[in-house]
Amino acid sequence: MLFSRNSKAAPFDYARKWQLKLVFLLTTVFLYAPIIVLIIFSFNNSRRGGNVVWRGFTTKYYEKAFANSQLVEAFINSLTIAVVTTILSVILGTMTAILLWRFRFPFKPAVEGVVSLPIVIPEICMGVSLAMFFSQMGWLATGDLVWPFNLVNITVAHTTFAFPFTAMVIRTRLQSFNKELEEAAIDLGASTRMVYRDIILPHLKPGIVAGALLAFTLSLDDFVITFFTSGPNTVTFPVKVYSMVRFSVTPEINAASTILIIITLVLTALAVRMQREPVAS
Amino acid sequence: MDNWRRSPLTFAFFSLPTLGWLFIFFLFPLAIVWQYSFGENTSIVDVEFTGTLNNYARIFQPEILVLLWRTLWMSTISTVICLSVGYLVAMVIASASPRAKPWLLLLIMLPFWTNLLIRTYSLLNILGTRGRLNQALQWIWESTHSLLQLVGLEGLMAASYKPLTFLGTPFGVVFGLVYIMLPFSVLPIYAALERIDKSCLEASLDLGAGQVRTFFKVLVPMTMGGLITAAIITFVPTLGQFLTPDLLGRGQVDMIANVIERQFKKANDWPFGSALSLFLLYITFILLAIKSIHDVRQSRRVV
Repeated sequence: MLFSRNSKAAPFDYARKWQLKLVFLLTTVFLYAPIIVLIIFSFNNSRRGGNVVWRGFTTKYYEKAFANSQLVEAFINSLTIAVVTTILSVILGTMTAILLWRFRFPFKPAVEGVVSLPIVIPEICMGVSLAMFFSQMGWLATGDLVWPFNLVNITVAHTTFAFPFTAMVIRTRLQSFNKELEEAAIDLGASTRMVYRDIILPHLKPGIVAGALLAFTLSLDDFVITFFTSGPNTVTFPVKVYSMVRFSVTPEINAASTILIIITLVLTALAVRMQREPVAS
Repeated sequence: MDNWRRSPLTFAFFSLPTLGWLFIFFLFPLAIVWQYSFGENTSIVDVEFTGTLNNYARIFQPEILVLLWRTLWMSTISTVICLSVGYLVAMVIASASPRAKPWLLLLIMLPFWTNLLIRTYSLLNILGTRGRLNQALQWIWESTHSLLQLVGLEGLMAASYKPLTFLGTPFGVVFGLVYIMLPFSVLPIYAALERIDKSCLEASLDLGAGQVRTFFKVLVPMTMGGLITAAIITFVPTLGQFLTPDLLGRGQVDMIANVIERQFKKANDWPFGSALSLFLLYITFILLAIKSIHDVRQSRRVV
């Protein structure tokens, strides 16, 4: 063939091309190198800064991080918020998914739009609007309440942005539901409640697990919205790390970050195992 | 699907808590922002809602316009880089063996699951004056210099490497934006590449087009839908990024989100902050509208 010089390779065999392999490799290095450097330097035995020159192995910054009561408190706050957010998101998300899957009702396209809106609008807009809402309602004062109740603001904010994601995941799962199962159950005398409890919910289980893990990670990760809705006495882990970073760069932050990265890795591994196939969404 | 009238109680059970939550904690707060955007500060704590358009007019002051322009071009450059690199990465994943595919995808998506703050913070060590990037550049500089010395051309460049400043420059911020957003842009392009009919590529190659021509004239047009989705889900969050310009820009490369934050934390000018937030929201809506118009047209063409 006359022009076939460039097309020796089979079509769509890009994974075999060394140029593309190189791009993939460099991208992976670009994405992972900063995190790996951070983890390595969390073990660096250096007094100040500590992020430039390697001065030997130590775990003292982990001890320091665990001894930092404010940091531990922020971490416990973050975990508490994430757990409550996950529970609320699973409940609200499952209900939203069933609502949109099951019923025909007026203004449905508008409702669907509003449900997916928290996923698409810029985080800072949501943070600002919730901060103004809480201050108008006088809810900022909840920061002075006793421990778990002072986190109400942040938990409400997290649930508001997390449950639409959960709903989206569960709704995908609902699409594979076989309606004949339900009809059979009704023919055999099941009540509406029994249909939901014994037929639909068991079918949704993998979706619910995936949605729960997503809500947990989203809540644990969030900085911007928490930054706007938290008070001086209610600090989460990312907000605490942020104030430490503004103050100075210490190996202690690296140690704390490494712990959080490991938690995220474990959760992702769990999610992959639960879904049986490692697709990230 | 059931009509809600057939089982109003079940419908109420599912709709009241969920839609109620969204109304109280999502729509109502947005309405408050909207109301404030027409308000005026009468004292440090009081705001009077006078219906003024002054807050919106202030967006077009030169200082703010400079920031908007910078936000726009930095987001555009970051999105273009993410899409170009993301496309190549997606091509590799989409044409890998079925067994390797999910793992390659996971490899690219895993950083996306890592905390955003930690990822941005980790870049401080890379981009600092004594950071890894400068160390790497210094190594390249010095080895080039000694190579030139061997052939007696060392006069071409100075012997010592002068570290470059990345933090507090647009380069540093764009680097950070690309770092954060790259995994996002890969996924929709990968999904589009998975769906295409590979025999079209074969046909193009058989009919005499080279690989490069096939890429631009066949592959890219066929995956346009995925590219547009990728562009929007990369561009929109980039526009509203607060953390990246804050930590990597060192207050010298502020983007619009930093100005919004300042109105609420330091300047205490809620009406202006509200107007800016809504402006950002409106831009998001316009972009989403363009996307859905494109989707509708596309589905009509197929039918």
